[in-house]
Amino acid sequence: MRRIAVTVNGERHEAEVEPRDLLVYFLREGLGLTGTVVGCDTSSCGSCTVLVDGESVKSCTVLAVQADGREVTTIEGLATNGRLHPVQQAFHEAHALQCGFCTPGMVLASVSLLAENPSPSDEEIRHALEGNLCRCTGYQNIVKAVKAASAA
Amino acid sequence: MAVTEEKAGAWIGKPVARKEDAKLLTGQSRYVDDLTLPGMVFAAVVRSPFAHARIKRVDVAPALESEGVVAAFTGADLAEDWAATLPCVWLVTEDTKQPMHRPLATDKARYAGDGVAVVLAETRAQAKDAAELVEVDYEPLPAVIDPEEALAEGAPLVHEELEDNRSYTWALKTDNADDVFSSAPVVVKERYRQQRLIPNAIEPRGVLAQYLPAQDEYTLWSATQIPHILRFWLAVTLGIPEARLRVVAPDVGGGFGSKLNVYAEEALALVLARRLGRPVKWTEERSEGYLATSHGRDQWQEIELAADEDGTLRGVRVRLTVGMGAYLQLVGAGTPILGAWVYGGAYDIEAYDFECVGVFTTATPTDAYRGAGRPEATYAIERAMDALARRLDMDPVELRRKNFITEFPKTIASGLEIDSGDFHGALDRALELVDYEGLRREQAERRAAGDGKQLGIGLATYTEMCGLAPSRILGVLLYAAGGWDAATIRCLPTGSVQVFIGTSPHGQGHVTTFSQIVADRLGIPIEQVEVLHGDTSTMQLGLDTYGSRSLAVGGVALYKAADKIVEKSKAVVAHKLEVSPDDLQEEHGRFTVAGTDKAMTVQDAALHAFTAHDLPDGMEPGLEATFVYDPPNFSWPGGAHVAVLEVDTETGEIELRRYVAVDEIGNVVNPTIVDGQVHGGVAQGIGQALFEEAIYDEEGNLTTGSMVSYLVPSAAELIDLELDRVSAPSPTNPMGVKGVGETGAIASPAAVINAVVDALAQFGVTDVEMPAKPERVWRALQEGGAR
Amino acid sequence: MIPARFDYEVAESADHAVELLGSGPDAKLLAGGHSLLPLMRLRLARPELLVDVGRLGDLSYVREDGDAIAIGALTRYHDLERSELLRAEAPIVAHAAGTVGDPQVRHRGTIGGSVAHCDPASDAPTVLLALDAELVVRGPGGERRLPVAESFGGFLATTLDPQELLTEIRVPKTGADGWAYEKLTRRAQDWATVAVAAVRANGGARVALTNMGPTALRAGGVEEALASGSDPAAAAERAADGTSPPSDHNASAEFRQHLARVLTRRALEKALG
Repeated sequence: MRRIAVTVNGERHEAEVEPRDLLVYFLREGLGLTGTVVGCDTSSCGSCTVLVDGESVKSCTVLAVQADGREVTTIEGLATNGRLHPVQQAFHEAHALQCGFCTPGMVLASVSLLAENPSPSDEEIRHALEGNLCRCTGYQNIVKAVKAASAA
Repeated sequence: MAVTEEKAGAWIGKPVARKEDAKLLTGQSRYVDDLTLPGMVFAAVVRSPFAHARIKRVDVAPALESEGVVAAFTGADLAEDWAATLPCVWLVTEDTKQPMHRPLATDKARYAGDGVAVVLAETRAQAKDAAELVEVDYEPLPAVIDPEEALAEGAPLVHEELEDNRSYTWALKTDNADDVFSSAPVVVKERYRQQRLIPNAIEPRGVLAQYLPAQDEYTLWSATQIPHILRFWLAVTLGIPEARLRVVAPDVGGGFGSKLNVYAEEALALVLARRLGRPVKWTEERSEGYLATSHGRDQWQEIELAADEDGTLRGVRVRLTVGMGAYLQLVGAGTPILGAWVYGGAYDIEAYDFECVGVFTTATPTDAYRGAGRPEATYAIERAMDALARRLDMDPVELRRKNFITEFPKTIASGLEIDSGDFHGALDRALELVDYEGLRREQAERRAAGDGKQLGIGLATYTEMCGLAPSRILGVLLYAAGGWDAATIRCLPTGSVQVFIGTSPHGQGHVTTFSQIVADRLGIPIEQVEVLHGDTSTMQLGLDTYGSRSLAVGGVALYKAADKIVEKSKAVVAHKLEVSPDDLQEEHGRFTVAGTDKAMTVQDAALHAFTAHDLPDGMEPGLEATFVYDPPNFSWPGGAHVAVLEVDTETGEIELRRYVAVDEIGNVVNPTIVDGQVHGGVAQGIGQALFEEAIYDEEGNLTTGSMVSYLVPSAAELIDLELDRVSAPSPTNPMGVKGVGETGAIASPAAVINAVVDALAQFGVTDVEMPAKPERVWRALQEGGAR
Repeated sequence: MIPARFDYEVAESADHAVELLGSGPDAKLLAGGHSLLPLMRLRLARPELLVDVGRLGDLSYVREDGDAIAIGALTRYHDLERSELLRAEAPIVAHAAGTVGDPQVRHRGTIGGSVAHCDPASDAPTVLLALDAELVVRGPGGERRLPVAESFGGFLATTLDPQELLTEIRVPKTGADGWAYEKLTRRAQDWATVAVAAVRANGGARVALTNMGPTALRAGGVEEALASGSDPAAAAERAADGTSPPSDHNASAEFRQHLARVLTRRALEKALG
């Protein structure tokens, strides 16, 4: 076991973890933050996307020990003072989610994109989300939502 | 842009933003794997790595030694726990062969992924570690994956108690079929492959089972589309009273048919929870799901069209050979039959001849996948119509126009009745939107210029049957369930309304759509409508969500329950206002008396019905109504889709340029949600046409065994669709609605592949098998050019 | 989904990493983890010890060093993609980095990890081969340099000693023009079905191929043809000479050889055009 200290959604957590513990299970089962979900076992679907030091990563392909000393943002930490983040709000308004399972990862990948590229074209949005699979929406309203959030 | 209406009034038809979204957007959703119970243990299933193998010995002892392990069982250990086989509810003929299907195999593994043992441990990782330690001696047997090969003489027998691998032969034929085909001047015959698909709901399956010994009560939380059907059949499989089992579908992350089943792990978890006296959780890993969750399609299709020289279509003949996989799953046998009536497409034909053979293979069982039988039917007829157009040197548009059904209701050659439609209107609108003539000009220019990227324009016009009903027809078809659904409205004294629905959403937005129906009909503020679903302890009546039935059946049940609320309210209001019920006018739940300022609402009536201080003599207190709706006919959406794409004739790469979908789906409750359904359906159909394919090797191993090798398209592979609708409201239900959940997946594979073939027609190409991956396009060009 | 158990150590320096690598029989380096962890989660790889070099921030850089650009082995694709220096002086590296995987992968994956993993379907080895890049490696006996081509041992295997750590990659400045990376994938996030890197050099070009054999390969026949005066279209016809590409669900070996010829012609037309 190793001791790690990770700041998650602004709050510092210290924990004993096994080296093999994946960040996603540390968040889900260690901290009870079940908004980050697991959709595959090959880093393909992006459902487990969180921000580490502000950048999108797939938390199923990061060991909890690799997050030691880092700042992690999950979907639970995105709204502030009860107000949805502009990307969350745009997803709601554009009907960019159906079953909602890919949504936390899709939202965080979009937040990471807009941090790097505040006014992306539709084409840039589509490529920035190439690592996040959605089976419900056909992505059209997701692209629309990210575009709307970029203008917000 | 979606809007939220604040005032009561007309809600049906409005693009209301979804009530479901807030929790899903903030991580407050609760999928099965998010749930934890005290004392919970984790299960891991040991699966056969062989497609076909005799199980000689299973030893769980080494696993029992592993850290954290609580128990481990072989298939033989649990063999006495099953009162019946895992069910198939649609044995399509009287003599359909349904072999025993136990949750864990005992004698043979019949597909790679068939469960042979289960290990339970304190943590997920410990269960996984220990499962690797279970020792199994297998005697590998030859595999057979292709359904046609499985029918051949000497093919390996999947079930040795059967004489061959045939499960059933199902046929439907009009008396005139042979005459029409022998006399028709033109007959085209085509052969197509419907590749195996993996549904890929983004939430993997999962279950959590609890058993309370003192109460002899079971609870199962499952990522399922069908809590009600599951409860019934699990009670049968386990041999327990249905009343002792509660099934809950919490938030469910997509299904597309893959969660329309009674799965081994659902039965296993209940039995293990009973044996251990501890809650048991099992969560599918994605690569495990690729083996253990039902696949779709896997058909060989032969279709013949009989026509006159002028393009008049006279008859359709179809022969299907369909892989069932190793066992019959819940509706596996019936899935291809769901297409059996619509291989004639949107066309007026006189003769019909359909036959389907269901075949066991050593592969993962197939079952419903979005569209279930109807994408296959639409693909075959629409590809064949293009083949006929080439044969007759007609424009594919003109050939379709010449043959459309134009009068409704229409009894089609296969025997069912299409209630309403507008095929001409849909096609005309689609061609206008896409600028068909302009595209044909551009295509001609590019052909003339020898452009390295050739333009293809593909059409698919379709009709389909969804919202399976009426129940008595389903009975004739040997379907073991009814086609009805139920809704209950309970008006609470403070003005809020509880709605209990028998459908079980997993992304479709029922909470919003059904709130709109109630808000519209009863004048209840939409935020005061609570919609409850997916739990057999809160809504006992229901037949769940599949086959585009939820609005066309469940929504209509709700609408008619609202009628009953209005009726009773009217009696309460008339009594309070001391007028005759006949003097009351009602709109959106508000009652008025002409020529006076007297008015009361359903909410007012609810309070009076609750206090019961002053009700008409003999009236039951409370304001609550249930309606069980059994539709008089199937639901018949239709439409026209056009795909436009470019094919790189050197590399075989395909780039989508436009996609226009004009659907006829009757009246619309929430256009935003409907658009979303079409978007998702078309995306899945494009996936089938261009990307997705479950491939097995000679030994029966799934070589596309993860999301790396099975290609679910991302945003980068897809484009914005252009949608429109024409309307021919269904005359068979008071809302005039139809199903829409599957239309996109039904029309799009045909449209896309017709476009690919159209792009390459000048090179002699007549077929590109799905998925049209670059190599297939390249080979088609080489072979076409050689002709 | 969950890896088998392993021990874990954090390297405090490159030398410390080398020392830790020597401490166990089956130790593996962990950088971004995007090649190794997926294999471990499917339990296709089961190292006993992971030596985490991911915190060696001093091995993440892109800087000018005389005629070369020096790239720290732990530089992430994300940083390569956005490096102004690379975009100006060796743009093929920045461009190819931007085509790897998806943004989440590029936020974690490192160029050194890719070279050390030696996957023939990876983009970085091919591009570095076309650039005739030089590797700097640290071992128990100190530092040595070798051409990237000499690091390729075979499928998923380098010639580096198990106790050696790749620390730097040195590429020549090419300037803004005279390069192309033509990549065909089924989906944007996928590995290359086939890709071709071409870099103008010595009046001709150096050409390298992705996923056309057990390692990234130089298209020697193409280079010779160009050197002897063939035009790009004719030279590209030799792109598949000596290759042994895999057959899989994306493409047969035969089709890959066809694609190599087509993509090589396109790459040469861009690089030399």
